[in-house]
Amino acid sequence: MVSARVVLVTGGNRGIGHAIAKRFAAAGHQVAITSRSGQADDSDDLLVVQADVTDSASVDAAVSEVEEKLGPVEILVSNAGITKDGLVLRMSDDDFMDVIDANLNGGFRVAKRVSKGMMKSRWGRMIFISSIVGLGGQAGQANYAASKAGLIGMAKSFAKEFASRGITANVVCPGPIETDMLAALTDAQRDAMLSVVPVGRLGQGDEIAAAVEFLASDSAAYITGTVLPVDGGYSMG
Amino acid sequence: MVTNQWSNAVSDNFERFKKCAVDVLSVDESAVVPEATFESLDADSLDLVELVMALEEEFDVNVEEEELEGVNTIQAAFDLVTSKL
Repeated sequence: MVSARVVLVTGGNRGIGHAIAKRFAAAGHQVAITSRSGQADDSDDLLVVQADVTDSASVDAAVSEVEEKLGPVEILVSNAGITKDGLVLRMSDDDFMDVIDANLNGGFRVAKRVSKGMMKSRWGRMIFISSIVGLGGQAGQANYAASKAGLIGMAKSFAKEFASRGITANVVCPGPIETDMLAALTDAQRDAMLSVVPVGRLGQGDEIAAAVEFLASDSAAYITGTVLPVDGGYSMG
Repeated sequence: MVTNQWSNAVSDNFERFKKCAVDVLSVDESAVVPEATFESLDADSLDLVELVMALEEEFDVNVEEEELEGVNTIQAAFDLVTSKL
């Protein structure tokens, strides 16, 4: 029997975030998701809260709403993220900064805001969704890769700061997962990607959700500051 | 008369302050004396952050990061918080 927790998944309105939210909800947890629009399909079992993670006031209001309606956040899945791909020479300062602000700074804002409640209850789980791109880089994604790599150093720092309070912080690096983000690729790009995945297929959002669910569990109390690729073997070695 | 009211208010506040310190730092009430240093109470930097957060809630005040500079004793922390009331 698993204890029901209050879970917050940022960017849980679609893609990997949505798969994660649905899995936690199906397991009996109380799940809130944020989306920029405040809307989400297939969310009857979720509390949908409007939030823009690039805005601290918005983050504060969103978390306050979750605390009011469900209670203090016990499990945070920091997943909200955007891409603005482009080769370095053609990438504007804004395109670089915008992605860092949403993906990395946004993660900081939300994690900081929920850490207070976790510290009080001496229990917490923070899972940051990074990417294999954060580990190995990707041409055309200097901004995205930087933001996802940044989450790793940040999560490890959180892990060290909060370890004495029963709070763990870990990172999951999804490989190529079947979502909207990947649907935007051409067939040639997808084939190129699949040819270097030992398992030979795209991953499913629920496979990322399974890893996140484990890291958020009571069984994972001795796991902190780790980086777990869930990528069909793409980044090994 | 006024002096008694004033010292009653101060001692009430110190009782509330002491309760926060005991709750957060897990120390004995008897250890929370004005001249005690946070070091002697085995309070690390995270403990201090937690204590300040608890005090902010208890006394409904706001303490800025810079103001904590040099606040090393119970007395100093108490003075800082009550100066904002």
